[in-house]
Amino acid sequence: MADKSIVGRTGKPFKMPIEWSKVREFARAIKDPSPEYFDPEFAKKEVGGIPVPVTFLQTSAFWTDESSSPGFGGVDLRRILHGEQEFELLKPIYVGDVLTGVSKIADVLEKEGGRGGKMTLLVSETEYTNQRGEKVAIARSTLIETGQAVKA
Amino acid sequence: MAKKLKFDSVKVGDEIPPFVVNGVTRPDFVRYAGASGDFVPLHYDQTFVEAAGIPTVFAQGMFTAGLLSKALTDWAGIGNVRNFKVRFATRVWPGDIVTCSGKVTGKHESGGEKLIEGDLIVLNQKGEAAIRGSFRAVAA
Repeated sequence: MADKSIVGRTGKPFKMPIEWSKVREFARAIKDPSPEYFDPEFAKKEVGGIPVPVTFLQTSAFWTDESSSPGFGGVDLRRILHGEQEFELLKPIYVGDVLTGVSKIADVLEKEGGRGGKMTLLVSETEYTNQRGEKVAIARSTLIETGQAVKA
Repeated sequence: MAKKLKFDSVKVGDEIPPFVVNGVTRPDFVRYAGASGDFVPLHYDQTFVEAAGIPTVFAQGMFTAGLLSKALTDWAGIGNVRNFKVRFATRVWPGDIVTCSGKVTGKHESGGEKLIEGDLIVLNQKGEAAIRGSFRAVAA
């Protein structure tokens, strides 16, 4: 089980280039055909560039290498559930931007759970800064480590 | 500029028009896996899930959250969402009819911005919540 001692641990900064092909592929996957994601001229006129869907930054979680993860230490991945996800969107993000993300462990909490017995909540935060040094977003993720294997 | 909600015409209690997906499919989960890079096998590998004692693959929570975000931006306008928070409850299975919607709970002005806040929800065809969430968006 993870404990409080890992709070504040930070991963190595990682780059996240915002690419149109990935943005429109993601928009299609969430069934959003809005022209802002598919028509560059329309997007430029309407919103100043091709924007990213609200949850798009989640994709960075899956192609950063291990050194960019703050590391939860001792966590049994078979007992992990995604409990909550939050995005604070501070400034616009457009295709062509290159973001730098830094992830840290924000909190570790113990809680009595239902199906899986005692739970540990692991809260991680990733801050994204653009190529001009502006903080554009914060993604906050709560993973739940259950005390025993989770039943379907 | 992006189309924005008119602050004065939005009222507490207003509903976000529902976005209904009439039966999510395994190909939906595979497409989301490819688009997001989330290749956790629980969402597409039937052999793997059966070995884990789960009857079928099920949706990535963030796939369903993505559908919910579309309902929100269709209403509030792309580029106007400042905060989006979701809590995952019941799993979403192939064939489930999911209804994504929300409701305005408050409005205020802060730092020169007109802000609208509300609750978000994704329900399945049995009326169970798959996701509960909240949002904050800017209006004009």
